[in-house]
Amino acid sequence: MRDVISPVRTLTDRIWVTFVWVVTGFFIVNLFAMIGTVIVSSLGTRWLGTWLPAGWTGNWYLSAWDEFQLGDLLTVTFEVVFAVVALSGLIGIPAAYALARRDFPGKRVVMLLLLLPLIIPPITYGIPLATVLYVTGLGGTLNGVILANLVPALPFVVLVMIPFIEQIDPRVEDAARVFGANTFRLFWHVLLPLLLPGALAALLLVLVRTIAMFELTFLTAGPGDQTLVVALYYAVFAAGVRAVQSIDAMAVVYMLTTLVWLIVALRFVNPTQMVTRGKQQQTDNG
Amino acid sequence: MSDTPSEHVPLRLRLAAKGIDGVTLLVLPLVVALILLFVYPFLYGLWLSFRPKDGSLLGNYAKFFSDPFLYETVGKTLWLAIPVTVINLVVAIPVALRVRLMRRQRVLTTILVLPITLGTVLVAEGMLNYFGPQGWFNRVLLTALGPQGWFNGPLMDVFGPHGWFDQTLMMGPLMTAPLISGPLKLVHNYTGVLLSLVITGFPFTFLLVLSYLTGIDPALEKAAATLGAGPGSRFRHIIMPLLLPGLAVTFCLGFVQAYSVFPSAVLLGAPSGPTRVISIAAYEAAFEQYDYSLASAIAMIMGVTLLLVVIAVLGARTLVYRGPAGGGKG
Repeated sequence: MRDVISPVRTLTDRIWVTFVWVVTGFFIVNLFAMIGTVIVSSLGTRWLGTWLPAGWTGNWYLSAWDEFQLGDLLTVTFEVVFAVVALSGLIGIPAAYALARRDFPGKRVVMLLLLLPLIIPPITYGIPLATVLYVTGLGGTLNGVILANLVPALPFVVLVMIPFIEQIDPRVEDAARVFGANTFRLFWHVLLPLLLPGALAALLLVLVRTIAMFELTFLTAGPGDQTLVVALYYAVFAAGVRAVQSIDAMAVVYMLTTLVWLIVALRFVNPTQMVTRGKQQQTDNG
Repeated sequence: MSDTPSEHVPLRLRLAAKGIDGVTLLVLPLVVALILLFVYPFLYGLWLSFRPKDGSLLGNYAKFFSDPFLYETVGKTLWLAIPVTVINLVVAIPVALRVRLMRRQRVLTTILVLPITLGTVLVAEGMLNYFGPQGWFNRVLLTALGPQGWFNGPLMDVFGPHGWFDQTLMMGPLMTAPLISGPLKLVHNYTGVLLSLVITGFPFTFLLVLSYLTGIDPALEKAAATLGAGPGSRFRHIIMPLLLPGLAVTFCLGFVQAYSVFPSAVLLGAPSGPTRVISIAAYEAAFEQYDYSLASAIAMIMGVTLLLVVIAVLGARTLVYRGPAGGGKG
């Protein structure tokens, strides 16, 4: 692998490598310091003009739990997220199966329809979508939030699943048919076990993305159905109303809910898949 | 459509020959959902944008392009989005080229996926603390380069008045004051939004570029190396042409994200001044003035601007490079 294209040979090479690592290192140090600031602040008593807070306390978490009704926020967040995951799985995975296995007229249109919501930014289609939801009376309700979040989630599941299903040999299904399996048994004993790893990966990615999806929830949620990230936005927006440490405690709670699922997701997927929408699967083997 | 006996082939079989059978019908719920939740709202928004409050057809668009408070948002957003996209891409390419050769990429990619997963709101909250006047970033800078900083004395001795530089070259002092006299203003202005877009955008750009780079067959580069091509010419003649289609797509996706910036422009910027981006204008129209018609018009203008930039970039790509558009996946 490293025989012909060997790294680090000439002086320019060394300068270039150093530059790359300095840039990456600088970025990562600042990233961690930034996240660290939030955690340190949420645990400090008073932090004004010093390197570290004057003392340490866990009370901000208690007060944030009451002030922001974090219990309710977490309930709503997970109601939305699990509904989106379940619906996008139920609708998306069968559709992905059909798209992977059949070639039918209008398939290209469907594929375009899947790509558009992932390319067009949420705030652009979110405003007309929120308008429609408010006109139909779904705006400002939990169902409205779930429906809005399905728009990016569905295509994501389908586009992650298609290459995964394509690599499953269709002859396995044919063989099951030959041995007399009916559709239900074929699905339950053959397809489901084969699809499970891919489906798990796709749905976990959707889960992480939906927890962090700010714009669509922000545009469609009423006061009673805000998710954690939207409530965090309002808290930061109205900074000064509440103690900074309290907001930071809420930010840490949000961070933990996201990171727990990210860690679970990363056991099944490559981090690159968080951005490349399933294209990675074929190139990853190289 | 009628299944006449003369054809002798049942409709079911004829449809199956075209690829339409029970399995194909599984696509239907997806298509219905996307039409109801994506296509219809978009068309409704387009229709609504031509039904302004004043009753004319183009009232909203006329209003947008005559009110500087509205039309200036396009320029302000571009002034943020284009530099950010270019910075991210220019830094991501060399880093990805080097990381590609690493064996343990996963640690780095996992760290870089953090800001994307955490999202812009959390990054904004972190930045307000970290880059604020009392934050660690300014503290480190002041400790190093401020008036009482560690490096200020030595720097002054060399470059300051009567310093070594001044006395040997007789060209006057290069530094008359400390490099930093007070905390830098890095939030609640243009810089704040720019930084936040780099923090979330750079990892995104980097991971995309890396995935395109790993898609290029390493044998091509090895062949070029065997034939005596140095790193520079390998990059120019092998990597770059194969990477270019991927770079164009990366630029477009990065630009789309930066152009639609919303939470960080409000939380970290000056939302009524230099960082009043187009999404703020659309949001205010919809949820502060309850003028959904104008809001839809602004959303449509936003979509068209994005489309124009994407077409321009992809068009420029075909001018530069006329090879297969596959991006070296083969």
